[in-house]
Amino acid sequence: MISISNVTKQYKGAPRPALDDVSIEIDKGDFVFLVGTSGSGKSSLLRLMLREDVPSKGSVSVLGENLVAIASRRIPQFRRNIGMVFQDFRLLPNKTIFENIAFSLEVTGASRSKIADKVPAALNLVGLSEKAGRMPNELSGGEQQRVALARAFVDTPALLLADEPTGNLDPATSAEIMRLLEKINEGGTTIVMATHDRGLVDMARKRVVVLDQGRIVRDERGSGYVGQE
Amino acid sequence: MRLSTVFREAVSGLRRNVAMVVSIILVTFLSLTFVGTASLLQMQVAQMKNYWYDKAEVAVYLCSTISPANACPQGQASEDIKTAVTAKLNEDTLKPFINNFYFEDHAQAYKHFQEQFKGNTVAKYVTKEQLNETFWVKLKDPQKSQIVTETFTGFAGVEEVRDQRSYLDQIFNILNAASLAAIGVATLMLFSSALLISTTIRLSAFSRRREIGIMRLVGASNFYIQLPFVLEGIVAATVGSLLAGGAVLAIVQFFVQGVLAPKLPFTNLVGLPDALTVFPILVGVGVLLAAIASGSAIRRYLRV
Repeated sequence: MISISNVTKQYKGAPRPALDDVSIEIDKGDFVFLVGTSGSGKSSLLRLMLREDVPSKGSVSVLGENLVAIASRRIPQFRRNIGMVFQDFRLLPNKTIFENIAFSLEVTGASRSKIADKVPAALNLVGLSEKAGRMPNELSGGEQQRVALARAFVDTPALLLADEPTGNLDPATSAEIMRLLEKINEGGTTIVMATHDRGLVDMARKRVVVLDQGRIVRDERGSGYVGQE
Repeated sequence: MRLSTVFREAVSGLRRNVAMVVSIILVTFLSLTFVGTASLLQMQVAQMKNYWYDKAEVAVYLCSTISPANACPQGQASEDIKTAVTAKLNEDTLKPFINNFYFEDHAQAYKHFQEQFKGNTVAKYVTKEQLNETFWVKLKDPQKSQIVTETFTGFAGVEEVRDQRSYLDQIFNILNAASLAAIGVATLMLFSSALLISTTIRLSAFSRRREIGIMRLVGASNFYIQLPFVLEGIVAATVGSLLAGGAVLAIVQFFVQGVLAPKLPFTNLVGLPDALTVFPILVGVGVLLAAIASGSAIRRYLRV
């Protein structure tokens, strides 16, 4: 599903590489936490997986695409198979909840009937069916993140990337988002989630990959935030 | 790809950037109006050239009492010389090129001179004898005046041969230079409006960078992302160029035909058919310009 080998990412003007000789394999159906302090390279790794960036060295392959060599006109097509969720939700403020979710289908050229079919299903999954006509600013943070999740998941992508999805939310709401992510994962979608949330990681007992200063220092299945040493 | 979605995005963009859209409309309107009037001026010059060149005649001036001695050693042209010139003009070598010719004697020349210089002091002092007797030759093809000029230059009793076109050429050179300068200025204005369109579109893209980011995130193709912006530029420029076309039509109808034409009864001025020829060209140039300017602006902005 995801194969990253010997990847180094050096940003111009930075004293040390954001990623330093990183290798990782993620299988279909995995649920992986990327943990580490700010600047440890979690977001850089996610950016490489979404082909928002290319590595300075090494190879990145996601969903069978070699992301170092992919032609730029094929990138949109590639991204349609990936859902992405961010800490700041990134909803379009001038569109309703329904339109926000429909938008990600519209831009890919989905038919009206497909939109009428899939958007309510996604809203139902995140429990926001009755708020379809609301605007994003009328919703709480947790609800907005659920909308973002619905948008990411509406076309049932094979891979869902989440960058600190609970960073702006209180623990109860975070747990709710986590439950949704687990539900999506149970449906077969691979999830890679960068997070600081120690409580979530400890509770979920999933695969944990710890990054420190751009290097992978621990990669353990069924682990917690700190490890079992 | 659903076109309705793209149009909806373009319309919402237009609504959000009203001030910028108005500035695009105004600048394309002004520059294309200038282009339109400059090209009508070119048409006018060409039309006048045709008209006047067709009327131009070749003058064969005979020696008068005050002709310079080097051109007219034997003094005023005699009757024999007039007969010789008439005979020459009727010869087979010249005749096929000539439409008609007529002779203007001292009295007629004096009369024309007095009419032409009415109120001018020079009219008081000139005498009949000082004015040249002239053979006016109208050619079938005004371009071929050289044949007449060559035949009569140095001909005994002929002071000078003059093609009226040489006077016209000076006037038309000036008019032509003026209209070319106008086209030059118009081109500069077009260039600046292209720059304005591309800046405006880039600003519009910048103000919607969050949306563009989300579109890219969910896998919208570059074409799909660009299209609303390009359409935005094209719609605005089309409105501007339609206004410019309307302005050109109005200028021709109300100023050229309404004000100038009654004052210049013997001049064939550009009319509505000419303006209607210019109209689609202006709209085409406006749309093309906007498409290229906004397309290249947004492409640079979206480079991954």
